[in-house]
Amino acid sequence: MSELDSLYQEVILDHSKRPRNLRKLEGANCQACGYNPLCGDKVQVYLTVRDGRVVDASFEGAGCAISTASASIMTETVKGKTVAEAEALFDGFHDLVTGKAHPGRVDLGKLEVFSGVCDYPTRVKCATLVWHTLRSALEGDRGEVTTE
Amino acid sequence: MQATTHLRHTDAGSALDVEAVRRDFPILKKKVRGKPLVYLDNAATTQKPQQMLDALTRFYVDTCANIHRGLHQLSEHATREYEEAREKVRRFLNAPEAREIIFVRGATEAVNLVAHSWGRGTLQPGDEVLITGMEHHANIVPWQVLCQEKGAKLRVAPISDAGELLLEEFEKRLGPRTRLVAVAHVSNALGTVNPVRRIVEMAHRQKTPVFVDGAQAAPHTRIDVQALDCDFYAFSGHKLYGPTGVGVLYGKAGLLERMPPYQCGGDMIRSVTFEETIFNTIPYKFEAGTPNIAGAIGLGAAIDYVEGIGLERIAAHEHDLLAYATRRLAEIPGLRIIGTAPEKAAVISFVLDGIHAHDIGTILDREGIAVRAGHHCAQPVMARFGVPATTRASFAFYNTRQEVDALVAGIHKVQEVFR
Repeated sequence: MSELDSLYQEVILDHSKRPRNLRKLEGANCQACGYNPLCGDKVQVYLTVRDGRVVDASFEGAGCAISTASASIMTETVKGKTVAEAEALFDGFHDLVTGKAHPGRVDLGKLEVFSGVCDYPTRVKCATLVWHTLRSALEGDRGEVTTE
Repeated sequence: MQATTHLRHTDAGSALDVEAVRRDFPILKKKVRGKPLVYLDNAATTQKPQQMLDALTRFYVDTCANIHRGLHQLSEHATREYEEAREKVRRFLNAPEAREIIFVRGATEAVNLVAHSWGRGTLQPGDEVLITGMEHHANIVPWQVLCQEKGAKLRVAPISDAGELLLEEFEKRLGPRTRLVAVAHVSNALGTVNPVRRIVEMAHRQKTPVFVDGAQAAPHTRIDVQALDCDFYAFSGHKLYGPTGVGVLYGKAGLLERMPPYQCGGDMIRSVTFEETIFNTIPYKFEAGTPNIAGAIGLGAAIDYVEGIGLERIAAHEHDLLAYATRRLAEIPGLRIIGTAPEKAAVISFVLDGIHAHDIGTILDREGIAVRAGHHCAQPVMARFGVPATTRASFAFYNTRQEVDALVAGIHKVQEVFR
């Protein structure tokens, strides 16, 4: 498999073309806006959190294939997870896309398809913007989170 | 280190020998990701000819000394070379006098110099600065900050769907309170060439001076500040095959003489006591501290190089590339060129249906093709055209039709990945 194929894997292409959970979430009790000044991408993350558990998650925004797929797969993945589990997933995901992966420490499941990102340092922020935004939403921060 | 020298055509009518000039640029032999480098990001920075690199090395090996200070021979030589570079820039811009040429870090610093020095002393509450809707952030933000500080108003002349300045709208906004017009000679994001001569005529009718951001124009066309009659003209050395960290501000002597210093330090003073400082004359008044001596000398060498090829020949070759690339790209289904003014420099911004510029940039990079993907430090231009970002291919005289073909093949590959 060429390096390019390892970045634009089928799963990523599929989620970028048909993003899941791309909608405003009615009744969300956590939300945050993320902004990547490098490319101008903006993403809005909506969460419904009950008893320390993410019951539902969605996002709005348009970006590159990597950022859209990342948002799509993230919202799928964090549904049903506790806040602590979601935070741990972000740590594991961050390590994965920056090439600092510690195998087995966190079970990343489907998120593993982003392993090719670490070969493209300029694209790391595309993959992590939505996760930074998730963290901001979970922490109840006001204002906009940026990748810078 | 020996300069590689190639025979140059001397008659201006003959076509450019691209293969010969390519040999002058060591980096163009490079492979990127196993593929021959196709460098199409020249609006960001241009590559450097060996002749310019040799001039930089020669300065550090043979002449290195500070300028305008030492009585020793090296300092005299360094001073002479630095001032010769100023004279080369004067000729390049056809400025009346060498003292109207100020060495700065780049076009951005030139804008800031004028905004601080001219702007702070001139603008009053209620005054206006007029720019266009196609400016680079560097020709927006310094004026915006200045206007906020002074209670003045930043006004913007809109552009058409083709990316041309709407001259009648521009003229409407040119009012009795307009204290300065700041305009790009060539748009970095769209490639549009602005009718600077007409803009200057309109502004001068009411005695408003005009600042021209020439960062994207200087590499592509012959500049004549006297024919343009602009009051300030700025460009960056690194976009003109020179080193980074050096650029030029031209200003009419009468204006520069009335302006206070921008930065204070050595070389810009005539005498200093703890009670009072008498500032030096122009251009030194605006060159505080040890300047980028090697950079200025390198820029002089880059100008020699460009003049050796001939700007008319460069413009003709780039125009051919632009026409060819525009035609080839327009054939690609789902591709839309942003910026279709009849008068353009060799810059093509485009978007592809359903594919983000960053994905295009990454996949082209895998093919060894360097383009810029993003907002090009011109977010208001992106907003005007309703796109988050574009992919920009920008050409230099060392680019070839084969490289345009490689770009087209690369874009097909992008579309294959996202099919």
